[in-house]
Amino acid sequence: MFFSIRAQGIRSVPVLAPALALSLSACAAPPASGVNDPYENVNRSFHGFNVAVDKALVRPTSTAYGTILPDPVERGIANFANNLDTPSDIVNGALQGRPDAVGQNMLRFGLNSTFGILGLFDFASAIGVPARKTDFGETLHVWGVGEGAYQELPLLGPSTERDTAGTIVDVFLNPVSAVLPSPESYYASAAKVGSKLGDRNRFKDTVDSVLYDSADSYAQARLLYLQNRRFELGQGAGADAAAANDETFLDPYEDDPYAE
Amino acid sequence: MQNDPFARAVLTRRIFGATLVGGAAMALVPGAARALDVDSARALIDKAIGDVNNVINSGKAEAAMFGDFEKIFVKYADVPVIARSALGVAARQASDGQMKAYTKAFQGYISRKYGRRFREFIGGKIEVTDARPVKTYFEVISVAHLQGESPFDLRWHVSNKSGRDLFFNIIIEGVNMLASERTEIGAMLDKRGGDIDALIGDLNSI
Repeated sequence: MFFSIRAQGIRSVPVLAPALALSLSACAAPPASGVNDPYENVNRSFHGFNVAVDKALVRPTSTAYGTILPDPVERGIANFANNLDTPSDIVNGALQGRPDAVGQNMLRFGLNSTFGILGLFDFASAIGVPARKTDFGETLHVWGVGEGAYQELPLLGPSTERDTAGTIVDVFLNPVSAVLPSPESYYASAAKVGSKLGDRNRFKDTVDSVLYDSADSYAQARLLYLQNRRFELGQGAGADAAAANDETFLDPYEDDPYAE
Repeated sequence: MQNDPFARAVLTRRIFGATLVGGAAMALVPGAARALDVDSARALIDKAIGDVNNVINSGKAEAAMFGDFEKIFVKYADVPVIARSALGVAARQASDGQMKAYTKAFQGYISRKYGRRFREFIGGKIEVTDARPVKTYFEVISVAHLQGESPFDLRWHVSNKSGRDLFFNIIIEGVNMLASERTEIGAMLDKRGGDIDALIGDLNSI
C-alpha cells in the first residue's frame, strides 16, 4: 500500500545529453553496503548544477511534453526507444551468461519490431513476454567488478564508478547506433530523449519531492539510487542476503527500543 | 480472512489463560500466545492494505484522507520506534516531553507526505505474495500493481517487540523508508542547528 516512492523517477531526472542519456544504470559485485562517497564535494556541486538544469529546463520541458502529447503517443515513443535498446540488452545478457534473458529479449525484439510495428507497440509484454532490462554496468557487476565510489554526473545524475564505466561502454557498443545510418539514428536519439522526458513527467511528484522538498536532496538522491540499484542487481544473483546485511537496513530494535 | 482461525485461536487461548489462571500467568507462557509467525505477520499486512484500499476508494477529499491514513499508520506501524530511529542519536539527548511531541509531529508528517502519493494507487492493487523470517523479524513481500505501470516490489518488515505485531519499515524496490527518513530528519535537524523544538514545529507545518 503506502508510498509509491518509485526510485525509477530518480534515474529519469537526468534527461538531457541526448546520446548519453540512454542506459543510465548502475551496479554492485560483492555485496556493497553503506555509502562510499569520497568525492562528495565535487558530487554536490554537480548536484547543484543538475537541480538548476532540471528546474530551468528539464522539468518545464517534461511537463510540456506530457501535457501536449496524448498518452498513447507518449507510450509509443517510449516503446520505440525501449525496443531500440533491446539489442544492447541482448548483448549484455550474453556477456552475463544469462541465456534465458537473451532468448526472452530476442523474442521481444522480433515480436515488437514486426507485430509491434517497428517497436511502437509493446506487443511482447501484452502477450506475457516482459522486458529483461540490463546494461553493461550490470555486466561488470556479474564479472565481479566492485561498485566503486558514488558519483553524481553532470546531466546524467546519480551513478557509481562502475556504473559510469558501464554507461560509457553501452553508448559506444550499442549495436543499434552502429547499424543505423545518420538520419535514422537521430530519430532514435530523439525518441530516447522523449522517453526520458516522459519518465520525468510520469514520476513528477516523486522526483519533485526528492529534488525540491527534501532537506538534503543530494543525500536523499544518493540513498535512493544506491539502494534501488543494489536491489536491481540483487534480483539476478540471489542477493537477498546482501540486502539484509546492508547497513542502510537498520534494525531499529537493536538500538534502544523497548529496553526501558 | 484466511488467517482468522489463527487469530481466533490466539484469542481463545488468551481468554482461556486469563480466566483460568489470571492475567499474571500470561507472562509464564509468552511464546505460546504471543509468538509472531509468518502467518500473523502476513495477516497484519493484509489488513493494513485492506484499510488503505478502503480509504483510497472512499472518494473523500485528499485532506480528509490524511487523517484516515494517520489512524492506519498508528494502528499498524510501530510509530514510536520509527520516529526514534529517524531521529538517530539526537533521540538520546531529547527529553521525554520532546520525544512525545516529536513522535506526534512525525506521525502527522509521514501521513501527509505519503498520503499525497496515494493518488497513484487509485484503481491499483497490492497483493501479498510471500512472508518469511529475517533475522529477528518477518518480511512480508507484496507486489503493487498500479495503473499503467509495471508491477513493483513492496516489502514490509514486521516485529512484535512492541508487544503487538506492527510493521516498522517499508521497502519499495529496495528503497527503505527508515533509511530515507533518517536521512531526511537528520538533514532537517542539522539545518536547525540541532534544535529539536524547531524541528517539531516545522514537521507540524509540512
